[in-house]
Parts: sequence; C-alpha cells; structure tokens
Amino acid sequence: MNHWTPFEWITAIRFLKEGRMQTIFIVTAVAIGVAVIVFMSAMLSSLQANFLKRVLTTQPHIQLIPPNEIARPLRHGGPGSIVAAIVQRPAQRIRSIDQWQKIRTQLGEWPDIVTVSPTVSASALAVRGDASRSITLTGIDPDVYFKIVRIPDYIVSGQARVSTEDILVGLELAKDLGVTLGDKLTVTAANGASRVLTISGIFDLGNKGANQRSTFVALRTAQTLANLVGGVTSIDLTVTDIYAAEAIARRVQSATGIEADSWIKTNAQFFTAVAAQQSSNTLIRLFVALSVAFGIASVLVVSVIQRSKDIGILRAMGTSQGQILRVFLLQGGLLGLAGSIVGAFVGGAGLSVWHAYMRQADGSEIFPLILEPSLFVTAVLLAALTGVAAAAVPALSAARLDPVVAIRG
Amino acid sequence: MADQQTVLKLEGVCKSYNVGSPIEVEVLHGIDLELRRGEFIALTGPSGSGKSTLLNLIGLLDRPTKGRLVIEGRDTGELDDTAITKLRGHSIGFVFQYHCLISAFTALENVMMPLLVENAFPNDEMNARARSLLAEVGLTQWENNLANNLSGGQQQRVAIARGLAMNPALILADEPTGNLDTKSADTVFDMMQHVNKINGTTFLIVTHNLDLARRCQRIVEVVDGRVAPPLASRGAGMLKTS
Repeated sequence: MNHWTPFEWITAIRFLKEGRMQTIFIVTAVAIGVAVIVFMSAMLSSLQANFLKRVLTTQPHIQLIPPNEIARPLRHGGPGSIVAAIVQRPAQRIRSIDQWQKIRTQLGEWPDIVTVSPTVSASALAVRGDASRSITLTGIDPDVYFKIVRIPDYIVSGQARVSTEDILVGLELAKDLGVTLGDKLTVTAANGASRVLTISGIFDLGNKGANQRSTFVALRTAQTLANLVGGVTSIDLTVTDIYAAEAIARRVQSATGIEADSWIKTNAQFFTAVAAQQSSNTLIRLFVALSVAFGIASVLVVSVIQRSKDIGILRAMGTSQGQILRVFLLQGGLLGLAGSIVGAFVGGAGLSVWHAYMRQADGSEIFPLILEPSLFVTAVLLAALTGVAAAAVPALSAARLDPVVAIRG
Repeated sequence: MADQQTVLKLEGVCKSYNVGSPIEVEVLHGIDLELRRGEFIALTGPSGSGKSTLLNLIGLLDRPTKGRLVIEGRDTGELDDTAITKLRGHSIGFVFQYHCLISAFTALENVMMPLLVENAFPNDEMNARARSLLAEVGLTQWENNLANNLSGGQQQRVAIARGLAMNPALILADEPTGNLDTKSADTVFDMMQHVNKINGTTFLIVTHNLDLARRCQRIVEVVDGRVAPPLASRGAGMLKTS
C-alpha cells in the first residue's frame, strides 16, 4: 500500500480482498444479473430500432390529408329538425389540400419539423402489352421526398431519377409485368388520363405487397394523371423527435385545420407490442436487480458478523460511526460496480456472439446490432447504486455496533 | 481544574446496567482514581469485580451512570459522541488480549491505521511514523507481514506500536500478556515498560499475573466494584487474584 487513499476506501477494498471467495461469488452473481439485463436490453433496443428504421424510412412521420367530404343534411325552418332521416356518407373524391403552398411554407418554419414534402397519391393501372396491374401512383418532389422515404437506399437497379417522363417501380411489379430498366410502361389513371413513362429505377422496399403496388413519379406527372393540376393530396412531414410526432400532429392540425396522422397513430399495434416488450423487460430487470441487491446484502450481513471484532477495534482507535457506515456502503457499491462491469462486458460480448451466429434463412442478419454505450454506463451505475442501497442495512448495523460488545465478540 | 500532570481523573464514578428497570445493577460504586503522566500502573482484581467495566469507561467506550471522568483536563460528561470518539482516537491507545490486530492489513498498515482514520497526515509522514514505531518494538523486518502471519507476541508488540501511533497520553492494555507464553509475555511487558520510559506514556494494564503486576509502579485493585485501599496500607501479601 504505497499510496494512502482515505481510510474508508482502503478498508473496504481490504475487507473485500480478504473475503476473497465471498467476493468472487457475489461479483459473479452480480455479473450474471447485469449480463442478462444488458443482453436483453440491447437485443430489444436493436430490434426496436431496426423496426423503427424500417417503418420510418418507408413512411413519413406525419401525413396531412384533406378533410373527409361529408354530406350536409337539409334543414327547414325549425331549429335542429332534419328533413332527411338517413344521411349517406359521400364517396371520397381525390381532392387537393386547400392552400397547400401556404401550409408548406408555414410548417417549414416550425423548429421541430425537418422536412415538408407535398405529394399526390392516386390509384392507376400499369399496362405493358397484355399485362396490367393496379398500382398506387405517388407523385413526389424527389429533393424533399427522398429525405423522408429513402428510395435511393432501396434501388436495386437503375437510379432514383424522377423526371416528368420517369417512373420508379417495385421489384415485384417489374417481375409481374416483365419489364426492366429503360422499358416503357403505360400508366392509366382512374379518370382515363394516360401517360407512357420510362422505368428509370427498380426498388425493393423489403415488402412484397409494397413492391407490387408502389410506384413513384414526378409530382407534375402525378398531378396531370390525377387531374389535379397545381394540387396535392397530402403533405408529408418528418420531425426532429419521432416520439413527439403525435403531439406535433395535433398542433399541426390545430394550426392548419388539416387532418394530421402521425406514424404513432398509424402504427398503434407496433406501439402496443413495444409497450408489452418494455413492460416485460422492466419486470425482468426489476427482479434481477432485487436478487442482486439481496445477494449483496446477505454477503455484507455475514461480513458484519465476521468482522465485528475488527469493527470494535476500529471504533476503539477513534473510527467514527459514519466512517464504519461508509466502509460497508462502499463495499456494497464496489461489489455492484465490479460485478456490473464484468456483467456488461459479458452481456455485450454474448449478444455479439449470438448475433454473429443467429442468421435468417437467407443468411442475412436478424437485426442490426446496436450496442449503445449509454446502456453499459447506465447498467454499471445502476448496479453500483443498487449495491450501495443493498449495503444500507448491514452498514447501519455495523455502524451501530456497541464497541464494547464488538470487542468482546 | 486538573493539573498538567494528571492524565485521567475519576470522581465518584458509578456504572449501572438496566437503569430504570427492576433489574438495575450497579457494578461500579463511586470510583475515585487519578492517573498521572508517565505512570505505569497495574489494574487487578478478581473476575467480576468490575475491572473490564472500569477499563471501558476509562477508554471512553462506555459512559458512567454517575460521577465525573476527566481526560487531559476535558470533562467527558460534557462531550457528545462525535467528540468522545475524537478524544478517544487522540488521547487513548488500546492493546487487547485477543484479536488485537485487523487481519486484512499488514503489520505496518495496522500501525498506520489510527493515523489513516484521522485523515490529517501526509502519506510520507504516516509511513515514517509507523516504521519508526515498528522499529521501536523491534519488528522492522516483519512490517509487510499480514497480521495473521505474526506470532502472538509479535501481534501484541504491533498492537503496542499501533497504540502509540497518535502519541496518546494513555495506553490501556487489557490482559496484553494473558494469551502469551511466559517468554513472550516478558518480552511484551518489557516492551511496554521501555516505551513508558522513553515516551513517558501512561500505561494502565489489566492483568491477573502477580509477577507482572508487581513490576508496575502502582497497583490499583478493584474489588466488588470499588477501588481497594493501596497495597502499602494492607501489606503486599494481600493482593487478591482470581
């Protein structure tokens, strides 16, 4: 011991070193607990992040759509009296959002909104010779839309070029129609308008249904085909905080009077699944933390009994109750810290190995592995704090030992 | 006001257990005792006479029920637990019969421990002080041995060195040779006398060993919770043993 650090640290470390077997066993127990927590938490957050990435790179965070058309019931003189007993809901036509340019400018100035992209969406028929398929035609301004849906990342053939004569089609649609890059495709809208477009790129969104139906054209082309010149059917937004999307959507709706749907609302099932996962993960963490805490506490209770004479001697030589208290609290904290460092490493390494060997049927990874440093730091700090908390009862009993009784043993 | 030469003064000190209950027992009855600087005193008496209780009171490990206990001019009745702990650390050194050292530490570290608890000394000073004290008790070559690897006599000598670490006015030794063979007991006792002469530290030694007690400057005998009259007034042959 060449460098003397404060009494509490030295004594705590020496007591732990002297009770080597006890220390090794409890550190191992803590390490196993923390490894389980780190493994599970990292795996769940990787799965969630992967799912989020898949969802949020193929759809906007918030979508503004025109309000539904509603039937206006006829009324006569008497207040509140309705002439028609049954009011039928009108068919929803493709309509433009009123004053969408003004809304775009207005929302573009909001600090929590990153991207504003007007789009036109309409159903159409893609025809190639005798083959035809119904498609969803999405007219986009590629400069902003590609910041929301990263089509260039999904291009498997050609490029994400969308001029007024171009069309991007999905892999399945290209197969169904027997077309390839550079081929012409006739696109006929429901209103009969038709255009011949050149396939400039083929994409794979990772979803067969989406690949069969989705197509992307220039905004102007879609406007022409949908007979919506100068209009847009929706405004897509991305926001800085994806989890605040619903709150922002409500504010946008209040500010513009346009219906705004957040990705949270349209993926409610996903959130239910995430909440269920998080609840079970929290419960497992809680029980693991409790068993770790009781393990540390039981070891320190035994240690206090074993060291009662040492405590008596220390008290006789002027050690205060506070110093004795801190010696045992430190032991708890150090056990938690040491165990959690080992456990965090084992948990992270275990997940990496598991991730390396577990593959999908096609050999690709199940999910991209994300090992956040904050998870390790949090796990280590929480385990150390749990150790300190677990040591509270034995430390208090050690501090309250009557030195006369302690020395007598 | 106690004079500079008085290390410890007890005036009418009583100690009772189970105070206020029907089974209240008074084990010390009005003890008057004064220890002067540099004295080497034996505390004797039969088992159950109250020696250990008296030693605990003097060592500030326990508080008297009645009476005054003054250490180095400070009336301990006026001090709170924190001040008592501090005074104990500064003014009193202990040498116990069993388990006198902390096994997790080496001999050198055990001697350093009171200085470390005080947390007021630079590392170099603590090292130098502990080494010089170990040299004084002849254990320089054993300084890096863990306490458990030392013989009983060596452990007691380390305990004496540790008791001196804070340069206290009083060292209380509870049967320091009771667990040792004759040769080791003599060595330890000689060591205490040597330290007493060199440093002028007051020693109060609880012992049942009449030969050792007679080598002390003064014998204080406790009988039935009272300090018996000095031997000189009763004749040396009347010293009681258990």
